[in-house]
Order: sequence, then C-alpha cells, then structure tokens
Amino acid sequence: MEYKDYYKILGVSRDASADDIKRAYRRLARKYHPDVSKEPDAEARFKEVNEANEVLKDPEKRAAYDGLGSGWQAGQEFRPPPGGGFEHQEFHFRPEDMAQFSDFFSSLFGRGARGSARGGPSARQRRGEDQNARLRINLEEAYAGTTRQLRLEEPVIGPDGRVHSQSRMLNVRIPAGVTQGQQIRLAGQGLPGHGGGAAGDLYLEIDLAPHPHFHVEGRDIRIQVPIAPWEAALGATIPVPTLGGAVNLKVPAGSQSGRRLRLKGRGLPGSPPGDELVELEIQTPPAHTEEEKALYRRMAETFPFRPRAKLGV
Amino acid sequence: MRQTVIEIEGVLLDEGLTVTFTELGQLCGADAEAIERLVAEGVLRPVGRRREEWCFSGREIGRARRALRLLRDLELNLAGAALAVELLDEIEALRARLRLLERDVDR
Repeated sequence: MEYKDYYKILGVSRDASADDIKRAYRRLARKYHPDVSKEPDAEARFKEVNEANEVLKDPEKRAAYDGLGSGWQAGQEFRPPPGGGFEHQEFHFRPEDMAQFSDFFSSLFGRGARGSARGGPSARQRRGEDQNARLRINLEEAYAGTTRQLRLEEPVIGPDGRVHSQSRMLNVRIPAGVTQGQQIRLAGQGLPGHGGGAAGDLYLEIDLAPHPHFHVEGRDIRIQVPIAPWEAALGATIPVPTLGGAVNLKVPAGSQSGRRLRLKGRGLPGSPPGDELVELEIQTPPAHTEEEKALYRRMAETFPFRPRAKLGV
Repeated sequence: MRQTVIEIEGVLLDEGLTVTFTELGQLCGADAEAIERLVAEGVLRPVGRRREEWCFSGREIGRARRALRLLRDLELNLAGAALAVELLDEIEALRARLRLLERDVDR
C-alpha cells in the first residue's frame, strides 16, 4: 500500500500547531465538500482531508503517526511495522468513519478500531452510511429512460479488523423523465451497516450531458430553429425536431426572430410533462447570383421598411 | 472472481414523491428534532399545518440531506447551513442560466 503524507494533504508543515491544523482542515473541508465543490475529484479529496485530520487533530494519533518517521514520500510503497500497526495502543474511531478511510490508515489504526467496535458504545447497531454518486446521461436517455451498470467499491472490515475493498455490480434502471440535478435513491445500496444494522442508501444525482441542439430547463427543452424570411413573413408549417422525433409546427404569418412557440408536452416526460419551446431564428439566404441580387433589390424598392426607425436613424 | 449483478430500479426524488415527517427522518438518518429545526429555520417547507400532517416533496429530501451534511461536516450552525443551502440552490440556478447564455453567445 502507499504511504500517505497527512501533513502534505492538509498543506501544513510537520511542526504545525493544533490551530494551524484545524485552520487548514476547515479551509480544505469547505473547498472539497462534495455539496459545495465542483472539482471532479471532490469526494475523494474530501475523504482524504478528513482522514488526515482524524489523525493529526488528535495528539496521541499524531504522535503515533510521527513515530513512523519523516523519511517517507507520499505514494511510496509502505509496509506497516511488524505486528500490524500500533497494536500496543488503543485508538477509537467510529466504525462508519473507519470504513471510509484508506488501507494505509487501517493498517496503522485497524486494531484499535476493532477494539472500539467490539467493546465501546459504538458496538451497538448502526445503519450504514449513505453513498452519493453523480451519473452523467445524455438527453435522449433522460427522455426514454435507460439502464446503467455501476461498479461499486465498498470497504468491508474483515475479521482481522482490516479494511478490504470489495466490488459489486448494479444494473440501475433510470426512469424516463429525469432531469438535471435530480436524485434517485437506491435503498440499501450504500455502505453496509454495523452490528447488524441496515445498509445505507445510494443516491445518484443526474447530470445531463450538453446536447448539440436542445437546452434543458427543468422538464422543458428549448431549441432555436432557423426559418427562411418568406416562412416568417407568410406563415408556414415546418418540421422541427423533438426528443420523440420530428413534428410539424405552424409558424404564424408575420413572425420575427426570437418569437417563441410552445409545443405542449413535447419536453421530458413526467406528470405534467415538460414542453418544447421553439425559438424562431430568421436566416437570410445569401445573394450569390444576379437573379438573387435582383430579387433583393426589388424587395428594397417594394417594401416601405425602416428597420431602425425605433433608433431614430 | 465471479460477480453477481443486481438489477435495481431506484425511486426518483421529484415533486411526484411525498414523504411524511417520520419518513424524512428515516431517509436522512436524522432524529425528529433535527428535522423540526430545519423546518423552523425555513430550509424545509412542508405542506400541512401540524407536524403529523407535514408532507415533504422529493426535492425537500435532497435539501434536508444536504443541510444535514453541511451541519455535520463543516460544523456550521443552523443559520449558516440554511444560508449555504440557499446560496448553493442559487448557484445551481445561475449555472443553468449561464450555460444557456453561453450557448446563445456561441451561435
């Protein structure tokens, strides 16, 4: 396993005071808290910071950790001292915290934690921790529903008091109509309970991947649809894409760019389902040939059109 | 190593789902007092007058869990956690708005 430099993780020197450690921990906890942080590895960093703090904030654990010596480099292959960690000492941790910490941590403090789990007040039944994960899906999957295979790594405290990693696979059915930021609760799929307690839950937060055409607002979807000037001026029935396939949309005569038309119930499904909001965008055909240019000139002569009248010019 | 694959369908925490006061406490692993304090602080807005009648939407579950995590992990007080939850909601709304505007600018 790899040696973990708890001082480096908290960004403090080895002779940092208890106040320095507390300050550094508070700052990093705010920075990497999974509810606050947008960093992609926030969850892992937060756990690491918590683990470092768990050891360094307690003078006895800190002294034991310092006893390993300062010659280690972070990431260096680490073999625990003979006998497996600080076995002559008793350290107390909440078992649910233990389960979150690294192999390195449990190789050092594992025995103490086992003692605590057996004899202390924490030996009573306790529900497992909830777990959180973010799940990125695309808009088509959100519309139709989808199935995702998740591989969950979970720490298990073995009979020797050490933490082992165990993985299991989940095929999760994502219902149709999920939208950005929504959460799905998978009961009993979090971390295992302690002392016969129930397992925690797994919460999946939906993150919708950006779509090349559609933009999502809750269950509504928005799209900009280009139309020709004559379609806007005279009115037309035009095909527009929706998540369920193309539909015909009636563009009223005299429409301008930016006009919004609503296709009721064509957004993400739900009760009620969302709508599709179509924003018209008039595109001007380029005039390449003489005939095309002549047509524009005739328009200029025919229309008493002053587009900048409102600007007073 | 052989591995079993578990098929599972979760519960979507949206407006379509409502839970009672007791159920919310169980879902959050919190006691009645903690939930009551979140309601009193305005973090949670249940429908119903008395505690026994309170109903919380699926979205409130997410807010409650977030507030409780912030209280625990960052050692915030209740007002601080309430403020953080509100600001985080606002940041999410602004981010969504920003994504929309950036799209329009890119066109």
